[in-house]
Amino acid sequence: MTAAQRLLALALPAVTGLVVLGGWEGLVRYLDVPPYVLPGPVAIAAALAEDWGLLWSSLLVTLRIALLALLAAVSVGGLLAVLFAQSRWVERALFPYAVVLQVTPIVAIAPLILIWVDDVTLSLLICAWIVAFFPILSNTVLGLNSADRNLVELFRLYGATRWQALWLLRLPSALPFFLAGLRVAGGLALIGAVVAEFVAGAGGTGSGLAFRILEAGYQLKIPRMFAALALISACGIAIFAVLGLVQHLALRRWHESALRPEG
Amino acid sequence: MSPDLPEMLAAARMEAPPLVLLQGVARRFASGTLALSGVDLAIGAGEFLSILGPSGCGKSTLLRLIAGLLDPSAGRVDWPAGHPGRRGIGFVFQDATLMPWASALANVRLPLRLARVARAEQEARAEAALAAVGLKGFERAFPRELSGGMRMRVSIARALVTRPSLLLMDEPFAALDELTRHRLNDDLLALWAESGVTVVFVTHSVFESVYLSSRILVMAARPGRIAAELRVEAPAPRPPGFRTSAAYAALCRDTSEALERAMAA
Repeated sequence: MTAAQRLLALALPAVTGLVVLGGWEGLVRYLDVPPYVLPGPVAIAAALAEDWGLLWSSLLVTLRIALLALLAAVSVGGLLAVLFAQSRWVERALFPYAVVLQVTPIVAIAPLILIWVDDVTLSLLICAWIVAFFPILSNTVLGLNSADRNLVELFRLYGATRWQALWLLRLPSALPFFLAGLRVAGGLALIGAVVAEFVAGAGGTGSGLAFRILEAGYQLKIPRMFAALALISACGIAIFAVLGLVQHLALRRWHESALRPEG
Repeated sequence: MSPDLPEMLAAARMEAPPLVLLQGVARRFASGTLALSGVDLAIGAGEFLSILGPSGCGKSTLLRLIAGLLDPSAGRVDWPAGHPGRRGIGFVFQDATLMPWASALANVRLPLRLARVARAEQEARAEAALAAVGLKGFERAFPRELSGGMRMRVSIARALVTRPSLLLMDEPFAALDELTRHRLNDDLLALWAESGVTVVFVTHSVFESVYLSSRILVMAARPGRIAAELRVEAPAPRPPGFRTSAAYAALCRDTSEALERAMAA
C-alpha cells in the first residue's frame, strides 16, 4: 500500500462518520425532532461534556467488572482447556456443560445469580465471566489439539515428557487460537457486564453505565442516555483494538495471521 | 588423499555387523490394510541406503518402524550392536517440520533441550550443527524468514545435533526445486562422509537415489515389500560431473528398470 492509499483507508471511514453525523444533526433540526425522542449529535456531545464526571466514574465501574471478568475467563478458560487437552475423558465429561453455560441466555440466569450471590459486584462479575469464558475455552482446546502432527512425532521420538510437550509444543501452537478467542471474549465481557448491570439495576443497585442508561431513560434525559451508549461503544472498540495489538505483537514474527502481505 | 579412500572406507563400513536388523516385518493398519509384509533387511553401520518406490508402497511406514514410532504387527526390529537410545536416531520429515515460533537455533537445540543437556552445551552444539549445514549467521532467523532449502538445512542440523548413529530421512527434498535439491544432495553426501552416520533415505526419485546411495532398495506396493536391491558402485563423495557421466546414466537406467518391474509385479 502506498502512503496515499493508507491515508485514504484511514480517511474514508472518518468521512463516512462525519457525513452520517452531519445528516443526523441536519434532519433533527430540519424536522424539529424533540430531544426526548431523538437528540442530535451536538446535544449528545453537550450531555457528554456536562455529565462527564458522572459518566466517567460509571464507565470505570463497568470497565472494571468487564476486565476482571475477562481476567477470570482467561484463567479459568485457559486452565480448563489445558486440563481437557491432558485427558480426552475429562473433556468428554465436562465440555457439554461448558456448552450449556454458553447457550443459556445470560439475561435469564442473571436474576438467579443476583439472588444466590449476596455481593452485587461479585454477581455482576460472574455473569460477565459466563459470557466471556467460552470462546477462550473452545479456541484454546482447538489450538492445543492442532499442533503439527510431525512435530508431535518428533517430540515422541526424542522422548519428550508430557510436560515438555505441553510447554514447548502444545501451548505455543495454541497461542494464535487463544488470542483470537481473547479478542472475541473482550467484547463479550463488556456485553456481559452491561447486561448484568441492567438486571441488577432493575433490582435497585449499581452505578455502572448500564444503570446510567436506565436512570436517564426514567428521567427522560435522552441525550445523556445516548452519551452513555456512545461511551460503551467507544469502550468496546478500545478493548478490541488493544487486544488486536496484543495479538499482533505476540504473533508478528511467526504466524501467518500477523504477516503483512508483501508486494 | 587418494581418490578411492572414501570408497574403501565405505566398503569397510559395510563389513561391520548390521546396525539394524529387520526380520519378517509386517505392519497392518487398523483399517485392515497390509502396509508392509515380509520385510527382511540388514542396515550396515555407515552405509547410505535409499528406499525407492511409488507412493503408497509403505516406504514411510518402514522408516517409522525403524525409528520405533510404529510397532510391527509381525516380525521384529533388532539392533544387534545395542540400541543407541532415542538420541541415537535422527529423523528428517518431508516438510522441514520446524517450530514456527522459535528461531533456527532454538529449533536445532530442541532435541538437546528435551534430553536436558546443559544450556551452554545446547547452544554450542546447535551453533556447530547450524554451521555444519552452512547456516552460520542465521541462528536468530525465524523459519518464515528462511527459504525452503534453508529450512530443510535447519531440519537436518536438528537431526544431526544429537550426533545420531542412524539418520532417517523421509523424502526430505521432495518439495524443493531441482537446483536446491542438487546442492543439498552434495552437502548431505559430504556430511555423511564426514560424520560416518548411517543414512536411510526414502525417496521416489530414481536420480536422487542413485546419486546419493551406496545401496538402493526398490519397493513394490500392495502389500509393501522389497522387490529388488541394487548396489551403487561409484566413488563417494561423487566426483564433479558425475551427474552427466555415462556411469551415472547406466546406473539410473538399471534402477529405473528395476522400479518398473517392481511396479508391474
